[in-house]
Amino acid sequence: MNIELLANLSYIVSAALFIFGLKMLGSPATARRGNMLSSLGMLIAVVAGLSAEGIVSYEYIAVGMVLGAIIGALAARLVGMTSMPEMVALFNGSGGAASLLVGWATLYGGGIDSFTAVTILLAILIGGLTFTGSLIAYAKLAEVMNSAAIVFKGQRIVNSLLLIGIVYAAYMFCLDPQPESQWLYITLGLALLLGVMAVIPIGGADMPVVISLLNSYSGIAACAAGFAINNNILIVAGSLVGASGIILTNIMCKAMNRSLANVLFSGFGAVKQGKAIEGEVKPVSVEDAYYLFEAASNVCFVPGYGMAVAQAQHAVKELGEILEANGCEVSYAIHPVAGRMPGHMNVLLAEADVPYEQLVEMDEINPRIENVDIAVVIGANDVVNPSAREDEDSPIYGMPIINVDQARTVFVLKRSMASGFSGVDNPLFFGENTRMLFGDAKESISGVISEFG
Amino acid sequence: MEIVFLIFILVLSVFLGFELISKVPATLHTPLMSGANAISGITLAGAFLAAGMVDNEMGKYLGTAAVAFATVNVVGGYMVTDRMLGMFKSKKAGGK
Repeated sequence: MNIELLANLSYIVSAALFIFGLKMLGSPATARRGNMLSSLGMLIAVVAGLSAEGIVSYEYIAVGMVLGAIIGALAARLVGMTSMPEMVALFNGSGGAASLLVGWATLYGGGIDSFTAVTILLAILIGGLTFTGSLIAYAKLAEVMNSAAIVFKGQRIVNSLLLIGIVYAAYMFCLDPQPESQWLYITLGLALLLGVMAVIPIGGADMPVVISLLNSYSGIAACAAGFAINNNILIVAGSLVGASGIILTNIMCKAMNRSLANVLFSGFGAVKQGKAIEGEVKPVSVEDAYYLFEAASNVCFVPGYGMAVAQAQHAVKELGEILEANGCEVSYAIHPVAGRMPGHMNVLLAEADVPYEQLVEMDEINPRIENVDIAVVIGANDVVNPSAREDEDSPIYGMPIINVDQARTVFVLKRSMASGFSGVDNPLFFGENTRMLFGDAKESISGVISEFG
Repeated sequence: MEIVFLIFILVLSVFLGFELISKVPATLHTPLMSGANAISGITLAGAFLAAGMVDNEMGKYLGTAAVAFATVNVVGGYMVTDRMLGMFKSKKAGGK
């Protein structure tokens, strides 16, 4: 049996393992084994890839693999759960870069027909824009740069020119696909620039969408690279990842009631302001909060990114346990766009040992929110803002929210009276049944816990 | 014909991907994403070919860099996903 056939058969096995692995990710109980299966599939694909006929020297491969493995392993071990979005952004970028380089290197193999030239170009383009786009997303998430939307006059014109430039350069390159072609460098440069331009106008609150989208791009880039080198497994795996990213993007957009185009092209915030809100804020002391908690029989925590910043998840979980021991029903309601990436809050709470049965989705909690005695909003703002339901002038009007204002009592844990990430006022804070617990979320929760003790 | 065959594979896998992923609950979206990231490191299989070429220096360097980037994805992606999934505990299964 020849080696190439054997390699291709192995690719079928690894594709099947990827599919099984993704299927098992459908439930928290089987997810970990699913990931193992998927990594086994990857191992098989890597071994099969190494046995390919064209490979004559292994030194460089070894160097690259050792280097990559060290970086990847260190990053995976050291990253904190709070900064998971930054890390995923960087991984997206590295996937894009890999596809870009594979496409580029393939040019040096010679014998490029026009279809291959197009696919190589696509790999370079998508890979390039994924790479720089992810770096910008990382910089925004890590707050190395201002996370607000960067919008300037004539931005659309500049971007349109950029697109036209890319199409032209790409066309010129495909006429004569040589590795030393100047059009290749121009396309590459413009693609890298496009990645930057595409992400800077997107504000911090929209980051979950961007990360999902870049995730999808990194898969599509792998797919294009697969076409360029005629490799089935790259196409299959790449399109699985591409589809996954697109689905997540779609879920995120729906959760914000915005179209993808709206997220990508309009700098959010500061566009228009809803009705000014007037009313009285009713602060509550830790001691009074304790009495209410003590008497409650149904408490629902609603976390947001602020919980991650305050590192309050462990204290929250401790309070949850005390309440449960007190005969109270405890749940954690998580809005799809809470945090900076899809599922971010779930991971943080899982880290604090909250059993996943207690994590409930928005659609699950809303119908029974009226039975909740105390809804505790921790570092969330826009996802519980009733303006989204009531005020047609509000920029977030129409976005589905967790209706905490319909719970019997709402505690809002907040540092001060500043508005949320989107810069929109929140009438929840002035609600009849709302009590503000000012101060650091972690300290406030710990305060309540010590009252119980 | 080769091209049609490859596109055929592409279309089927996209549909399969949509079917599979839409069943993943919101709780697991972060691990799903990092797991998908690891899978996109499959570019590694393509990078080997480029890095293993002998006849061209430049191609070799580009390939080596591609191998390094893709390995970051594979190793980092699977490890961090496993670390996250290890944290998800059920009440029944002895999660405290």
